[in-house]
Amino acid sequence: MTSTIDDSDKEKALSVSVDLNNDTSLLIDIPDALCERDKVKFTVHTKTTLSSFQKPDFSVPRQHEDFIWLHDALVETEDYAGLIIPPAPPKPDFESPREKMHKLGEGEATMTKEEYTKMKQELEAEYLAVFKKTVQVHEVFLQRLSSHPILSKDRNFQIFLEYDQDLSVRRKNAKETFGSFFKNMVKSADEVIISGIKEVDDFFEQEKTFLLDYSSKIKDSTARAEKMTRSHKNVADDYIHISSTLNSLSVDDNTKVEGRVASDQELKLTELLRYYMRDIQAAKDLLYRRARTLADYENSNKALDKARLKSKAVAAAEEQQQQCLQRFNKLSESGKRELTSFKGRRVVAFRKNLIEMAELEIKHAKVGQTGDSLSFYLFLYFILGQKFTYAKLTVSLNSLENSRK
Amino acid sequence: MDLSKKTFHWMMTQRICLQETACYTNAVTQEATEEVSLDSPEREPILSDGPSPAITPVTPTAMLTPRMGLGTAEMFERSLDEIEEDDSGDTFDMHIAVSDPEKVGDGMNAYMGYKVTTKTSMTIFSKNETTVRRRFSDFLGLHSKLASRYLHIGYIVPPAPEKSIVGMTKVKVGKEDLSSAEFVEKRRSALERYLMRTVKHPILLKDPDVMMFLESSELPRAVSTQALSGAGILRMVNKAADAVNKMTIKMNESDAWFEEKHQQFENLDLQLRKLHASVECLVCHRKELSVNTASFAKSAAMLGNSEDHTALSRALSQLAEVEEKIDQLHQDQAYADFYLFSELLGDYVRLITAVKGVFDHRMKTWSKWQDTQLLLQKKREAESKLQFANKPDKLQQAQDEIKEEIEELEGKVQQGEKDFELISKTIRKEVSRFEKERVKDFKVVIIKYLESLVQTQQQLIKYWEAFLPEAKAIA
Repeated sequence: MTSTIDDSDKEKALSVSVDLNNDTSLLIDIPDALCERDKVKFTVHTKTTLSSFQKPDFSVPRQHEDFIWLHDALVETEDYAGLIIPPAPPKPDFESPREKMHKLGEGEATMTKEEYTKMKQELEAEYLAVFKKTVQVHEVFLQRLSSHPILSKDRNFQIFLEYDQDLSVRRKNAKETFGSFFKNMVKSADEVIISGIKEVDDFFEQEKTFLLDYSSKIKDSTARAEKMTRSHKNVADDYIHISSTLNSLSVDDNTKVEGRVASDQELKLTELLRYYMRDIQAAKDLLYRRARTLADYENSNKALDKARLKSKAVAAAEEQQQQCLQRFNKLSESGKRELTSFKGRRVVAFRKNLIEMAELEIKHAKVGQTGDSLSFYLFLYFILGQKFTYAKLTVSLNSLENSRK
Repeated sequence: MDLSKKTFHWMMTQRICLQETACYTNAVTQEATEEVSLDSPEREPILSDGPSPAITPVTPTAMLTPRMGLGTAEMFERSLDEIEEDDSGDTFDMHIAVSDPEKVGDGMNAYMGYKVTTKTSMTIFSKNETTVRRRFSDFLGLHSKLASRYLHIGYIVPPAPEKSIVGMTKVKVGKEDLSSAEFVEKRRSALERYLMRTVKHPILLKDPDVMMFLESSELPRAVSTQALSGAGILRMVNKAADAVNKMTIKMNESDAWFEEKHQQFENLDLQLRKLHASVECLVCHRKELSVNTASFAKSAAMLGNSEDHTALSRALSQLAEVEEKIDQLHQDQAYADFYLFSELLGDYVRLITAVKGVFDHRMKTWSKWQDTQLLLQKKREAESKLQFANKPDKLQQAQDEIKEEIEELEGKVQQGEKDFELISKTIRKEVSRFEKERVKDFKVVIIKYLESLVQTQQQLIKYWEAFLPEAKAIA
C-alpha cells in the first residue's frame, strides 16, 4: 500500500520536541514520505545559508536505515562523547494496523457493508496516524542535530543531508552489526560501573540519581499510557459496531469523536512520554561515557603510581594520566552544559504538550455532547418507530443540562 | 430532504401495525387489512421537519383525524397514551420494588431471599401496600404457571430472569466479593423488571396466582422449577418435540398481517441480539479502560514525584489526579451502560423469543384445526364408500357409527376454527400492546442513558478545564 502525506498534513503534525535555538542557518524538514510495503522513503529537505554545503536548497531520499547509520556514526565519534546524542528514531511499525486490517478482512462476512466501511475508515486513519508519527520522529531527530552547535557541523551529518546517491554503501555490514551487539553488552556493564563509581562532582551526583530514577518511572508511565489508549481505541471500535447496528443514516459524530480522542491522545501523551523515555536514555549514555572516562582516569592514576614505584615508563604513564584527565574534564564540562539544556528543553516540551492535550480533550468532550445526541436520535428513530424531531430532542437534552446546573 | 423520504417509506411499512393500535384504542372492530387512504396532502405536514411540539406518535393520530374531525394541530398534541386512558377504566397505578437481598441458610442449600413490596391504589388488591419475602424459585414458579395457562392461547407472558448456576454457587459458597455482589444486584434488578412487566399486562394482573404471589405471606415451594426435577425433564422433552414439529408444519398463511409481523419480529430479534452483543462488548472494554486509566494515574503520580522541576512536578501530579477522576467516571459510565442499556436489550431479546413462541402456538392451533379437518374429510370419504359396500346387515351399524364420528369431528373442526380465530385476535391485541410497551420502555431508558452520557462528557470538560491552567503554569 502506498500513501503519501502532503504539506497540509504536516502543518497539523505537532512536534514533541522544541527547538530552543532560533538559529535559521540550517533548516531541515521532511515534507514528503512514501510508504511501500515495509519500507518508508523519506524526502529530507534542507534549506541552508551555510557555505559548507554545495547548494542552498536541496532534497534527498532517505530510508530509515540511513538514519540509524547516522546515529551510530555520531555515537561512535570519540569527539562527541561529552554530548547527548539525540536518540535514534524507532523503526516504523505498521504491525498493529496491518494485523487489524487482516482481522477485518477475515471478519468481513459477518459485518454489514456499512460497518465494514466504517471499520476500514478507522483503520485507515490509524494507519495514517502511525505514518505521520514516524515521519515526525525522524524529522525531530534531524532537527535536534541541526540545532546543536557542535553536531550540526558533523561531516557525516552533512553527507547524510547532501549525498544524492544511495547511502547503502556506507551502511553497516554484518560485521559491524555484530560489533554493535557487543557494544550493547558493554553498555550494560557500564551500568554497573556507573552505580559503583564514587562521584566527585555534586552536580553529576544529583543528575545521576535523578536520571536513573526518572528513567524507570517514565518507562512505566509510557507502558501504561499505551495500554490506556489501546483500551480507549477498543471503546471507540465498539461504538462503530453499535452505531452501524443502529442503521444510522447520516453522520456518526459519536464514533469519530471517540476515535479521534484515542488517536490524538496517542500523538500527545504517549508520544511525549515515549520520546522522553528515549531522550533520557541518551542522557544516561552521556553519563556512562563520562563515568568510563573517570574510571579510566582513576586507572591511569593507579598505573602512574605503580610506574613511579617501579621507576619504569613514568613519562608514558604521566602522559596517559594527563590525557585521561583532559578527557574527563572535557566530558564533565560539556556534559554539564548538555544536561542543563536538556532539562530546559524537557520542561518546555512537557508544558507545550500537556496544554495541547488538555485543550484537545476539552474540544472533543464538547463535540461528544452533540455527537451522542445525534446518534441517539437515529437510535430512537429506529427502535421506537416514532418520528422525533431533532429539535425536540436537543431541547430536552438542554433542559436536562439546565436543570442540573 | 432525503431524511423525510426515508421516513415516509418507513412509515408506509408500519401503517398496518399502527392501524391496529388505532383499532385497539378505539375498540372499533375493523378488519386488519383495511386499506387506509394515505393521500399525500394529509401526510405532508407530518413528515416535514418543522417544529413539531411534542414527541408523539404522529401517524395514528393522522389516521384518526378524518374520523374524529379534530384540527390537525390539536391532534398532534394529544399523545396516544391520553387517547387510550380516555377509553380504559382503572388507570394503571402500581409500583413493585424488589429489595433487600438476604442470604438465608448455609452451604449448598442456601438461597437469596428478596423483599417484594407492592404499592398500589388499585381496587382489586386488598391492601394499599404489601410486603412479602420471596426467593428466586418462587418467581420461576409463577412464570411457569402463567406460561402454561396463557401462552398457548396467545398471550405474551414476560419471561423470567435466567438461572445461573455459576452465579448462585458463588453466593451459596459465601464468596463475599465484588462479582457476587454484582450478580445479586443484577438479579435483583432483573426480578423487579420482570414483576413490573407482568403486572403491566391487564390480563395477567388479574390472574389469581399473580395476586397470591404479591400478597400472601407463604407460598408453596415451586419444586418443579428445578432443572433436574420430573417437570424440568418433561419441559426439555417438550421443547425438543416442539422444535421438530415446527420444522414439519407448513402453514398456509392467509393473513398478510401475520406474515409481515412474523418477519418483522425475526428481523428485530436478529438486530437486537447483535446490538446486545455489541453493548456487552462496550461494557467490558469500558471497564478495562477504567482499570488502565487508574494504573496510568498511579504511574503519572510517581513520575511527578521524581520530577525535580517544581512546576512540572506539580502539573504531573495534577494530571495524575485528573486521570484518577476520569477513571471513576469511566467506571460509572460502564455501570450505566450496563444497567440501563445492556440489560434492557437482554430483556427484549428474551421477550421477543416469547413473542415468537406465541406465533408458534398459533401455528400449532392452526395445524390441529387442519388435522381435524383432514380427519373429518377422511371419515366422510369412508362414509360415502360405505354406500357402495356390499354388506347390507352391517351397513346400517357402520353408517350410524360413522355418522356419530362425523358429527363429533364436525364439532371439533368448528372448535378448532374458533380457537384459531381467537388466538389470532388475541395475538393482534397482544402485539400492539407489546409494541406500545416497547416504545415506552425504550424511551424512558434511552433518555436516562443519554443523560448519563451527557453528564460524563460535561464532567470530562470540567476536569480538563481545571487542569489546563496548571499545565500553563509550568515555567
